[in-house]
Amino acid sequence: MTLLDVTNLSLSIGAFPILRDVSLSVDPGEILAITGESGSGKSLTALTILRLLPNCTRLSGHLSLEGQDLLALSEEQMCDLRGHKIGMVFQEPMTALNPVQSIGDQVMETILLHSSATRTEAEAEARSLLDRVGLPADRFPLSRYPHELSGGQRQRVVIAMAIAMRPALLIADEPTTALDVTTQAQILDLLRDLVRDYGMGMIIITHDLAVVADMADHIVVMRKGEVVETGSTKQLLATRRHPYTQKLFAASNHQADLPPPVTTDPQSAPLLEVRNAVRDYPLPRKRLFAPAEHMRAVDHVSFALHRGERLGLVGESGCGKSTLTRAILGLEPLQGGEILLDGSPLSGKGLTAEQRRKMQVVFQDPFGSFNPRHKVARLITEPFHGVSDAPTGQDRDNRVAEALIAVGLNPEDADRYIHQFSGGQRQRIAIARALITRPELILFDEAVSALDVSVRAQILDLLAELCSAYGLSYLFISHDLHVVRSMTDRCLVMQKGQIVEHGQTEDLFSAPQHPYTKSLIAAAPVLPDLATGAA
Amino acid sequence: MPPIQLEIGNFSAFARDRWRPLWTRARRPPNLPLMGRYFAKRLLSLIVSLVVASWVIFFVIEIAPGDPASFMLGINAQPDTIAALRSELGLDEGKVTRYINWFTGMLQGDFGTSYTYRTPVAQMVADRLWVSLPLAIYALTLSTLIALPAGIYAAARRGKSGDIAVMGATQLGVAVPNFWFAMMLVLVFAINLRWFSAGGFVGWEAGPLAALHSLTLPAIALALPQAAILARVMRSALLDILGEDFIRTARAKGLSQRQALWRHGLRNALIPVLTIIGLQFSFLLAGAIIIEQVFYLPGLGRLVFQAISARDLIVVESVVMLLVFAVIMVNFLVDLTYALVDPRLRGRG
Amino acid sequence: MTRSLFLGGILSALVLLAALLSFIWTPYDHTALNIPAKLQAPNAEHWLGTDHFGRDILSMIMVGARTSIAVALVAVGIGMGLGVPLGLAAAAKRGSWLDEGIMRANDLVFAFPSLVIAILITAILGAGAINAIIAIGIFNIPVFARVTRGAALSLWQREFILAARVAGKGSARISAEHILPNVANLLIVQGTIQFSLGILAEAGLSYVGLGAQPPVPSWGRMLADAQTMVSLAPHMALVPGCAIILTVLGLNLMGDGLRDWLDPKLQGGRA
Repeated sequence: MTLLDVTNLSLSIGAFPILRDVSLSVDPGEILAITGESGSGKSLTALTILRLLPNCTRLSGHLSLEGQDLLALSEEQMCDLRGHKIGMVFQEPMTALNPVQSIGDQVMETILLHSSATRTEAEAEARSLLDRVGLPADRFPLSRYPHELSGGQRQRVVIAMAIAMRPALLIADEPTTALDVTTQAQILDLLRDLVRDYGMGMIIITHDLAVVADMADHIVVMRKGEVVETGSTKQLLATRRHPYTQKLFAASNHQADLPPPVTTDPQSAPLLEVRNAVRDYPLPRKRLFAPAEHMRAVDHVSFALHRGERLGLVGESGCGKSTLTRAILGLEPLQGGEILLDGSPLSGKGLTAEQRRKMQVVFQDPFGSFNPRHKVARLITEPFHGVSDAPTGQDRDNRVAEALIAVGLNPEDADRYIHQFSGGQRQRIAIARALITRPELILFDEAVSALDVSVRAQILDLLAELCSAYGLSYLFISHDLHVVRSMTDRCLVMQKGQIVEHGQTEDLFSAPQHPYTKSLIAAAPVLPDLATGAA
Repeated sequence: MPPIQLEIGNFSAFARDRWRPLWTRARRPPNLPLMGRYFAKRLLSLIVSLVVASWVIFFVIEIAPGDPASFMLGINAQPDTIAALRSELGLDEGKVTRYINWFTGMLQGDFGTSYTYRTPVAQMVADRLWVSLPLAIYALTLSTLIALPAGIYAAARRGKSGDIAVMGATQLGVAVPNFWFAMMLVLVFAINLRWFSAGGFVGWEAGPLAALHSLTLPAIALALPQAAILARVMRSALLDILGEDFIRTARAKGLSQRQALWRHGLRNALIPVLTIIGLQFSFLLAGAIIIEQVFYLPGLGRLVFQAISARDLIVVESVVMLLVFAVIMVNFLVDLTYALVDPRLRGRG
Repeated sequence: MTRSLFLGGILSALVLLAALLSFIWTPYDHTALNIPAKLQAPNAEHWLGTDHFGRDILSMIMVGARTSIAVALVAVGIGMGLGVPLGLAAAAKRGSWLDEGIMRANDLVFAFPSLVIAILITAILGAGAINAIIAIGIFNIPVFARVTRGAALSLWQREFILAARVAGKGSARISAEHILPNVANLLIVQGTIQFSLGILAEAGLSYVGLGAQPPVPSWGRMLADAQTMVSLAPHMALVPGCAIILTVLGLNLMGDGLRDWLDPKLQGGRA
């Protein structure tokens, strides 16, 4: 019997239609993946199944769990059902737990709410649940508070809460998006095990097609509130009937057409050289007069980047790659070692105007990278600040137009405000801002990480084009192994402040040497080779 | 999907700054060494604040023009009589010496001698404090008892008629000057209805009930405008919390909206409310000074106005210091409550 | 434009108009004594009645509005003028001794309620409108410093600030060019709220005799005069009281309305 049946479900909030005629079904023990880009309505589908929607929504269609019509239930009956028959895991583990209630209390709450268990029984049950999700009693007593746990550990607590009553259906909304790749692999394994052990049905909502291909028995592809394609994983991966599905998969597996590297004389002076860089942060003192302790974020890092080279830097969050980037940009002082740009050392007090002209940066967040009160022309000419021979008047306008054209925008866009642009366009403007001084080196700090796959593919293509046109040299910092592999010639792997491995990108990915690199590559989910599947 | 945005109405500038989403009831016995460290840091900051405040008060009064001794003796006094009095009052010592004498005296409960009345300031202040302090506490209790239920009610019925009515009433309450409200209360309840006396204080000798009865109108006048502020803070803090992810998690567990509000929302929302209650205590103490004028209450307010007109600066100095001490102490207590409420603060400082 | 902004705007504009009109015209001379006409309830000749000296209350209210507005406005000016730069500096040097010093000084001022500051100032300089302004203004400084610092701190985390730093701009320049314009709306809203609090505080200070001195008319002192007459002539207390309430209500409504109106654009982010 079908566990969950959704037929022609439509939802509108106020006057805005959100979901249109969504149909899907889940069988016991089956994993269904709902995928799509942002705005596809995949998360709202999950909230609709739980009927956790804001007021003034209109809902129509059919929604039933184990033959029971959910749309006919009263709010009290839904409360009995939530957490009992349907468990839910959310995206953001850092904020999903009540910060000031112990994890034991929070897991016990589900049990006490839905069963007649006494406190002692609930406590014992909560203990065994935490054991089950991989939080053993000796390190994770029930009395721990969320702030004492890492993101992955918190997500395990959320999962324990969701499965406490052995629900028939588990819904996981982007459960690993906020986590590092090795943690992601562990959480996905845990979810898979639980589904098998408990015979639950599971809906996993994710934008990551590699995760989808890896986990799901069935796939639903959504776009703008509609289901565009649905089918078993094997069949859907093989046929990909709908053009949008094809586009989505193509974009996920996108290989930008990067021109071959300009071979430079390795004997020549490197464009950027980092020698034994050390960056320490003081830790808060443990006692009032205890000696100050330090956290070493960057630990004796050395590397060189030559003209025309495209260098990657990968690592998980907290590995020190952001700190290193900020040190190269002169935003943070070093406690040891030195950084040279084109042979001239960076002083501790920030870069000189000439150094800034030579080196530019593109940041991650397309929404936070621009002052909302300034027009595009003013935004992208900001790097001219302090540059002695900065163009003025008509020259300046020409440079703005040139930069905008280079990134695929119109010169007229110079007069618009940033909120008039989409995320992808904003990232183009960020690149225009980096290009305007005609720099010799650009740092891309997670520059495509916040973008949807199809937009990301376009931006990567743009970078490839710029490489052909301008012979760019760049340092590409990312946690996304796939992107780094396709965008760089050489690559560094960073762990706990140190470079643990470096080499030619292709060699490094096909034959990693260091155990950490191996675990990173093993943990990253990969799309199966679709070329053969489609044949 | 963007989280379903709930309205964020922040009434007070103070609330947001010190605000963090939290809740209470630590099940695990608090980690004592860490608690001790937090306590020690807060205590240190309390002492520093008190010392700095005493400098400010002392030296501000010090630059006041006019010599108390010549003021006390009148314009016809002989210079040597003035000098004698100055030395008797300890005014001929150096500034630093006098500050040290004043401060160490206060630590032993000796606030000096009033220039005008020639009685110990400590005694004068203590008598008046027995009116002002109970009045402020009475008003704070009233304000909290009215405001918290009103704020919770409004948040739970957000956007509905009950919410709109409560919010309208608080909007009006915030705009009413408390001394004018006091006059209206006197007009209605004392002059027309004759339920209360129009002013004066029967004293605690008349029995606690009689004393409280004569403090009731002043307390209401002080409490209602503050309750309006507090109710708005309570409501907006709760609404802020209800937009947090962990409330959604609680709902997904099967808690109803109401259960989620009481079990997870309320205790977290108490922190900004505590902050405001702490701040209100200082407003109430100071506000009491004005309200005492309306009701002719023999409290600190009347003492301080008499002292100002008589240039009895040592009394002004002591009363101000006492008020500041009360405010700093209350803030210290609020800080300690935070740590009890929020496990993340223990061990920080 | 929200309803509360509209309503609040109209109320505030009315008070402002009355104050401005009083410079060129009032129904009667607000200082003219007319003992035979004393304590009249509102009537056709004296729309809002007369006080115990027979002065026309409407005229006094109009002229008193000038005092209230002037005191509150200058006090907000002092608070903004000193508080905003302090808040910007504290945020720019987050965690430094400067930040720490500014915030501790703020806490210290908060420990002196405005009335206590007024009492201290009066004890030194004597009573008067100027001293009321200083007392209210000093208390406004930490309010604006806190609001500015809080908002600026979150802006300093944004990447456009990082971009400006990469472009080599110093923290003073960034504060002026990027931070201030983005906290301006918030400051306008806070300014409205502080303005209304200033009007309340001025009334309270004049009521206890620490504010504007005769012959400068003020709403608070009108209430003090009314107190002994409250059973004989309740209108003497009602009229100035309502003037204060309507003004403060108008300003608060305007502040709330402005916040709702400006806020979505304030954060600029996802349009």
